[in-house]
Amino acid sequence: MIRLQTHQLTISIANQTVCDKLDLCIESGQVWGLLGRNGAGKTTLLHALAGIREPDSGTIILNEKPLADLSRRQVAQQLGILLQQHEDSFPSSVIETVLSGRHPHIDRWSWEDENDQDKAAQALAEVELSDKAQRCLDQLSGGERQRVAIATLITQSPDIFLLDEPSTHLDLVYQIKLLNYFREQTIAHDKSVLMSLHDINLANQYCTHLLMLLDNGEVLTGTVAELLNTGTLELLYNVPFTRLQGENGDFFSPVTS
Amino acid sequence: MQRPISVIITLLIISIASVVVALSVGSYTLSPDQLWMTLTGNGTPLEHTIVWELRAPRAYTAFITGALLSLAGALMQVLLRNPLAEPYILGVSGGASVLALLAMSAGLSTFWVSGSAFVGALISIVIVFGLSHASGNWNPSRLLLTGVVIAAGWAAVINFILSVSPEKPLRGMLFWLMGDLSHVTATPLGFAVLLVALIITFALARPLNILARGELQAQSLGIEVKPLRISLFLLSSLLTGVAVTMAGSVGFIGLVVPHMLRLVVGSDHRILLPTSVLAGGSLLMLSDVIARTLIAPQQLPVGVVTAIIGVPFFLYLLNRNYATRATQ
Repeated sequence: MIRLQTHQLTISIANQTVCDKLDLCIESGQVWGLLGRNGAGKTTLLHALAGIREPDSGTIILNEKPLADLSRRQVAQQLGILLQQHEDSFPSSVIETVLSGRHPHIDRWSWEDENDQDKAAQALAEVELSDKAQRCLDQLSGGERQRVAIATLITQSPDIFLLDEPSTHLDLVYQIKLLNYFREQTIAHDKSVLMSLHDINLANQYCTHLLMLLDNGEVLTGTVAELLNTGTLELLYNVPFTRLQGENGDFFSPVTS
Repeated sequence: MQRPISVIITLLIISIASVVVALSVGSYTLSPDQLWMTLTGNGTPLEHTIVWELRAPRAYTAFITGALLSLAGALMQVLLRNPLAEPYILGVSGGASVLALLAMSAGLSTFWVSGSAFVGALISIVIVFGLSHASGNWNPSRLLLTGVVIAAGWAAVINFILSVSPEKPLRGMLFWLMGDLSHVTATPLGFAVLLVALIITFALARPLNILARGELQAQSLGIEVKPLRISLFLLSSLLTGVAVTMAGSVGFIGLVVPHMLRLVVGSDHRILLPTSVLAGGSLLMLSDVIARTLIAPQQLPVGVVTAIIGVPFFLYLLNRNYATRATQ
């Protein structure tokens, strides 16, 4: 089924066009990679798709309903976003933070029940932080804080995951583990993922589709096989690329003179 | 879950003990026996008058005022995303003070002074609300700046009134500005406001937990941030307005009580808000006992006492907290 769709979506920040009349269609079972240079508007696009930033024009359709017609709560039940910045003004423990992901699923007057607690505990186990459940957030390293945010998103268990730089601060091991997790979810539970990545080779390995933000609001979309080649990468990053043959597929590397 | 419940029970016991102390202690101290006799209607007429007409209204008003200020402070801290926010930071008490002082300099009765204070609080709320609403921007730092500047404006007017005021009402004015419970009359209104506020804040408590994690995160977890901010602003300002109307600008309680409880019970507002109410109420009630007994027969403004006992207690909690963290 079609999870997330846009019609003629136009977004700009301070006179710079991020995308111009974009038609996008993300189906269940697809993992999309979002590529673009610094400042191209990857975060802005993700925020607009999550409904936390107004687009200039166009419509966003979430599970076949216009996003604008849904309450924030209804959106949060279906779509979750991993933000790039975490604001921790008040002290909070790891487990409390992860449990906050259940908020859209709990009635106003109810408290988290055992099921919610279990989901949070499982998510913490998934990011290997079960032993730090009672820690305060300000006692975590950057990578651990990022894993708490990922666990919160897992606890939210939406149909569509929007991930803004999910691999930030993470060791290679965790990068692979988490990308594996999201790919597995996508395939086994009919979810969809759209994530911004800096590493083209991770995108190559984990994504089924790509969305490339070029200059001046030009956008390329398509499958990885169609889109990922030295030509598009040079267009995207403005440096020459070379394609290397590996044992499990090809690798891309910028050519340094 | 164990810990919050034990904290709530402890605070309930402290609250009841504070009531007993507030009713018994003073220039004429009652023994527990005497107090019991008086409460059950078997005391002497003098004791009856002391307990029911002098001490009970003060204790009641002190509790409600402390509770309202603590609740308002806790809400304001989330609204402004700033642990240093306190109920008076957005100018509510400034507006209330200006009109209350004007009423005092006109020689009006306590009733009119309170009424003017409430009108002043409302005027200040409307100004800050209008400015924020007109800009369409309810982001915390902008709201904070607007409020702080309005508060500074009120402070200038207060200083002006104090400078030109004749000697006679000046002492009363200063007491009012520091928070004073010596002229209170108990009205059921305060209790009603506190009860309604508690019910509303309980419905808001979980959204508040999420809002405390940042605006974007709150939105992405299903919170309509702007309506929540507006309700928080109106609610916390009105509670502050009611508190100031009852007892003048009692300082310190609204800043420190929510903070203390964040250190003790954590940041879950479903626990934090009701415990702040109990702790704030008890603290102000006990402070008032000290205010009227410390240098009796002379009375101190209660705001002086809240700071004197609040500061060391807060510093103790803060240091204890850092110490336990360091050993973890």
